[in-house]
Amino acid sequence: MNPLCLVLHRWGRVGDLHAMDIVVCVKQIPDPADPGELDSETNTLKRDMKLIMDESDSYGVEMALQLRDAAGEGEVTLVSMAPHEEVNGLRSALAMGADKAILVSDEALAGTDALGTARVLAAAIGRTQADLILAATESSDGYTGTVPEQVAELLGLPSVTFAKEIQADGGEVLVKRQTEAGYDEVRCPLPAVVSVTAGVVEPRYPSFKGIMAAKSKPMDQVGIADLDVSLEQVGWAGGGQEITDVSPAPEREAGEIITDEGDAHERIIALLEELRIV
Amino acid sequence: MGTIWVYAEASGGQVASISLELLTRARELADTVEAVVGGEGEPVAAELGAHGATTVHATGDLGDGLTGPAVASAIAAAIEGGAAPDAVLFGTTYDGRDVAGRLSVKLGVPVITNIVELDQADGSLVGTEPVFGGTVNVSTRFSGSGVGLFLVRPKSFAAEESGGGPAAVSALPVPDLGATGAARVVDRFAEESTGPKLDEAGVVVSGGRGLGEAEKYSMIEDLAKLLGGAAGASRAIVDAGWVPYSHQVGQTGKVVKPDVYVACGISGATQHMVGMKGSKNIIAINKDAEAPIFGIADLGVVGDVHKVIPKLIEALQARG
Ligand SMILES: Cc1cc2nc3c(=O)[nH]c(=O)nc-3n(C[C@H](O)[C@H](O)[C@H](O)COP(=O)(O)OP(=O)(O)OC[C@H]3O[C@@H](n4cnc5c(N)ncnc54)[C@H](O)[C@@H]3O)c2cc1C
Ligand SMILES: Cc1cc2nc3c(=O)[nH]c(=O)nc-3n(C[C@H](O)[C@H](O)[C@H](O)COP(=O)(O)OP(=O)(O)OC[C@H]3O[C@@H](n4cnc5c(N)ncnc54)[C@H](O)[C@@H]3O)c2cc1C
Repeated sequence: MNPLCLVLHRWGRVGDLHAMDIVVCVKQIPDPADPGELDSETNTLKRDMKLIMDESDSYGVEMALQLRDAAGEGEVTLVSMAPHEEVNGLRSALAMGADKAILVSDEALAGTDALGTARVLAAAIGRTQADLILAATESSDGYTGTVPEQVAELLGLPSVTFAKEIQADGGEVLVKRQTEAGYDEVRCPLPAVVSVTAGVVEPRYPSFKGIMAAKSKPMDQVGIADLDVSLEQVGWAGGGQEITDVSPAPEREAGEIITDEGDAHERIIALLEELRIV
Repeated sequence: MGTIWVYAEASGGQVASISLELLTRARELADTVEAVVGGEGEPVAAELGAHGATTVHATGDLGDGLTGPAVASAIAAAIEGGAAPDAVLFGTTYDGRDVAGRLSVKLGVPVITNIVELDQADGSLVGTEPVFGGTVNVSTRFSGSGVGLFLVRPKSFAAEESGGGPAAVSALPVPDLGATGAARVVDRFAEESTGPKLDEAGVVVSGGRGLGEAEKYSMIEDLAKLLGGAAGASRAIVDAGWVPYSHQVGQTGKVVKPDVYVACGISGATQHMVGMKGSKNIIAINKDAEAPIFGIADLGVVGDVHKVIPKLIEALQARG
């Protein structure tokens, strides 16, 4: 990015220090209600059906809309890397109220692992001027859970993961971060990456008007050549990991099934006694 | 294999069980096992040593900074300075993921995640990850050179002492973090909890949407208490706001492996079962005889939770 642009961008906000430009990472995935299968040739998920917005990302989208609206000014930009120029899930998020989207789609990206995905997302985010970058703590299909932190490191930004609440406070965010014991309150200067947990906010349903408006919102489609990412770092070759085995997990057998006739608790207690729990 | 480093977490001077589990498995796989700690090394050196670590590389107090960027930078700097672990193991925890993610970028290597088994083949570590709700196991290893990074799910291995003496403490300096270290913890809150921790309890009683309403979750807590166990939940009732996320069992919650797991009004979605099907014994109460949870239950009760659980509680109370 031209440094002058950055200066001008910041300059433009002197009058309103609270405007918030937010990027939300939105992964488009096969419908979890329709579980996919592993491609026996490549040992990866088959992805030939229509993709939808990962429900985990709908929380980030909602959070971004709320923060933008509270700031009174700013834009919510979606960033997604997906095969076959898929825009279905992005349209859902635009229909909720996001302003525009950047889609990275390129055949060379097939087989990209989490680090490669983070490189692509970071490069795409670099095309925007975001104060805050939101992602989910983990996706529903891959659930690697490392992408947000990898994006932050690639961009040289601070980050707060496992956010269960975010408040904007001038040039900072105040985040409640889930911990083993409870939660930490973390203060983080912007720009920053924050990953949110499911359930932080109640994602809105798109209105009919929103759905219609989504069709004409800007959708910037880019390929790998448009981004500052080397081909060696993405795709099958970029992974640096090799699948050595795929096998069915051993099944657990069903045991005794009884129907409660008012005395099932006695059978449960008998089992607990047998196991020396009581 | 030569050397494995284990990222060890501790709070209040006590090492987390996941870290002890990783040390135990690491010493079966490597000649030398060393621990990395984001904090002071002295208070944990004995416990880490007793589980097989010969050295603990400790950053010293991190103050109010976050663990992720500090520990990742410190490990990367040590490796740049000549330290050469073959692999670094992390628990799938809040901080473990942060450190592994940042370190992966610094070293330019991937992280192999959600591992439940670790083995050695042809001199390299192979991690096995359950996919599709635990119905298929996928094994992965590093094909590149450099350090192997593995994120391992809690309860994958049993923690056992090795009888080793205290680990030697060695300083692991944290380089200047620049902007990446700018986040500050301003306050820490502990949620009230009584009884054993969910992922360490011998008995877990979990409730799901079949309870009907938030108030009925108290039955689950009462039953858990009577059995000396912990109370868990399905994601349906966590998302509904009936109970905090810390109670969630499953793919996106905790993995539990108690002696007895009691599922009350839980259907048995694959994402729930992946978090509890390693339990030694499973008891399920559900009014729908077709509920998938019965497919893995040792004792399945087709019945109404509002009838069965109160009677169970009453009978247990009567025994005193
Ligand atoms: C079963 C399975 C197991 C896998 N195991 C590994 C593994 O061990 N190591 C590894 O490196 N890769 C692994 N992968 C590949 C990995 O899932 C993909 O590379 C994926 O592109 C990124 O990982 P994720 O979705 O798991 O990310 P996560 O880190 O779980 O994603 C967190 C958040 O980052 C954002 N995000 C992630 N991907 C995108 C995207 N494409 N577009 C927009 N936002 C996005 C979303 O907000 C998402 O919720 C696995 C894939 C599968 C299907
Ligand atoms: C990516 C992803 C990750 C997920 N992660 C998790 C996770 O970590 N943990 C998790 O739990 N879920 C997870 N889920 C959600 C999961 O798919 C299910 O939606 C959820 O587990 C259902 O919760 P439940 O069993 O309480 O509710 P339901 O599926 O609605 O089941 C309620 C059950 O209660 C029974 N019932 C109703 N009334 C009574 C009564 N009076 N007495 C007895 N039984 C009664 C019904 O017969 C039914 O079987 C995830 C989903 C996705 C897509």
